[in-house]
Amino acid sequence: MTSLLQGLKNIKWKHYINYIAVGIFAILFTLMTFGGSLPQSTLYMLEEITMNILLSVSLCLVVGFLGELSLGHAGFMCVGAYMGGKLAVILSKTALGNGVLSFVFCMLLGAVVAGAAGFLIGLPALRLKGDYLAIVTLAFGEIVKTLFQNSSSESFGGPVGLRTPRFDKQYLFIIGFALVLLALFVIQNLIRSKHGRAITAIRDNEIAAKATGINVTKYKLLGFIISAAFAGIAGVFYSFSHNYVKAEVFDYNYSIEILIMVVLGGMGNISGAIISATLITVLNTELQTILTGDRAVLKDVIYALILIAIVIYNNAPALRSFRERFTPRAFVRRLLAKRKGNAYNADDDARWDVVPTKIDMDEVLSVDLKVVESTMRPDKEDKSDE
Amino acid sequence: MDFIITLVNGLSLGGVYAMIALGYTMVYGIAKLLNFAHGDVIMVSGYAILVFLSFDPILAIICATLFCMLLGIAMERVAYRPLRGASPLAVLITAIGVSYLLQSLAQIIFGAADRYVIVADLGSITLGEVKIDVGTIITLGASLVIMMALSLFVKFTRTGRAMVAVSEDRDAARLMGININRIITITFAIGSALAALAGLFSLFRVPTIMPTYGAMPGIKAFVAAVIGGIGSIPGAMLGGILLGVVECICNSTPLAPYTIAIEFAILIVILLVKPTGILGKKRREKV
Repeated sequence: MTSLLQGLKNIKWKHYINYIAVGIFAILFTLMTFGGSLPQSTLYMLEEITMNILLSVSLCLVVGFLGELSLGHAGFMCVGAYMGGKLAVILSKTALGNGVLSFVFCMLLGAVVAGAAGFLIGLPALRLKGDYLAIVTLAFGEIVKTLFQNSSSESFGGPVGLRTPRFDKQYLFIIGFALVLLALFVIQNLIRSKHGRAITAIRDNEIAAKATGINVTKYKLLGFIISAAFAGIAGVFYSFSHNYVKAEVFDYNYSIEILIMVVLGGMGNISGAIISATLITVLNTELQTILTGDRAVLKDVIYALILIAIVIYNNAPALRSFRERFTPRAFVRRLLAKRKGNAYNADDDARWDVVPTKIDMDEVLSVDLKVVESTMRPDKEDKSDE
Repeated sequence: MDFIITLVNGLSLGGVYAMIALGYTMVYGIAKLLNFAHGDVIMVSGYAILVFLSFDPILAIICATLFCMLLGIAMERVAYRPLRGASPLAVLITAIGVSYLLQSLAQIIFGAADRYVIVADLGSITLGEVKIDVGTIITLGASLVIMMALSLFVKFTRTGRAMVAVSEDRDAARLMGININRIITITFAIGSALAALAGLFSLFRVPTIMPTYGAMPGIKAFVAAVIGGIGSIPGAMLGGILLGVVECICNSTPLAPYTIAIEFAILIVILLVKPTGILGKKRREKV
């Protein structure tokens, strides 16, 4: 029993916190669904939340860890949605119908095609930097959107959109949670592996990374491909959840929405991306239900004001000392300090320079003298030993 | 003859894009921020003209320009200045927030539907067999004059040279006694005034406005600025004209539905061949 406790203590809980949190919510909501206590609107919101978590976690890989600004994430999603949706239409006429197995096939196709698109957009990323790359990714998203919009009605439905077969609504969100866990598993393990370290090294200093022997081409492409593949999976999920794929949805505003989730979550922070994706989706849906009719436009005003306020609060250099006192992290730290019995001082973190590092010269000299003495008079040393 | 009309049309659309791109490129070069709300200033200008038009067309244009300048200055004060020195992505997100805010405020005040704004009936002139709108000529002429004026302003006035200094090295400029905040405020005022005029000129072309009216021209102007080399004034002009001409030529062919895709594809190709744009300066990277 004690060894088990000891083992539990040794696990780095920090590494598993995301799985545990997502897992608990998944189990909780699954039980509630089969208990029959969840209304259809909540189920729909859960689908949206899991989809947005997938998108923000995958974009987090490119923006937060690879350090490249991408404004075309919805483009990859669009590719996935159309590819997966089309395959679902074809499969629904076969023996497979539209069960879980056909979903898996659609998902694989969506991931592969979107990943290939990610490879294509990763190529310019090797030559372009910062805002130039951002505009190229934006351009890619718009090109994809335009191509699908102008497709013939037999292939992808053209401007009308593609109607995809209905999926059993009851447990679609469980698949969503499973996909989130899969994305977390792949991306978190990637980041903590040697390859992930290489990716973050490229973000921190590309030239230094190259000088250390990191294959920048390979890792940049790897980052883009994995991120795009998960966006494609999210797209397939979208086509199953909405039963309807229309290219207009996947415009640059959608990409920006996903980027907002990543930035508000704190770039390079997967837990943050999950939390902010959840909160933003809930906020959007709630505002939509509260503000109906004439007041519906107020939703965008409130959303925009909240967005500006949060970003300024989180990033303004002038608010730094204020922020250090009033973040959730500082709050938790203060609470822990209180429990341990020592008063918490917000400045402690910043005061590494006050830590005593001076060596007491008298002590050093006295030690040296003793050594000198002992070497000069070995006989006396021996005596004292006895 | 049809081709000449298309070309002139494209040049005037290019003039509009160039005006917006000039504002984009100045703000980007000097404040080092991607002002996503720049496109929405065009929309605000359109609505401001609509409001003041009942008095007098000339007065409406002046009022709209002044209003947009004030808006640009306010935007910088409230949303961007507190973030001076923060990560560029944070500023990008606030810019997006400001863009949403302007669009939704316009929707609350004026409604989501299209509104017609006919500034003045300027008529058209006939040169040989070609019939050209006076508005088109004004757009083209004004954008050329403004570009030249702006180049001269940047080169020969004290404020203009201070702008160049700030864009090259902000800290060094500050050490030389340049008031950075003042320069950035002036940049925003000029950029917004250009966007306001662009709003006027696009009303000459299509006399309707709606709250999301500025978003796409804003993005295209940014594309134009990048094609020309962001931070370069002649580059913005060149990129804008190029994009306008390409757009009008595409629209007159069966490829019309793919116009946006073609424009963006041109952007990607140009950036792949020359990563800093056509007239952009190559910055050497220090280790």
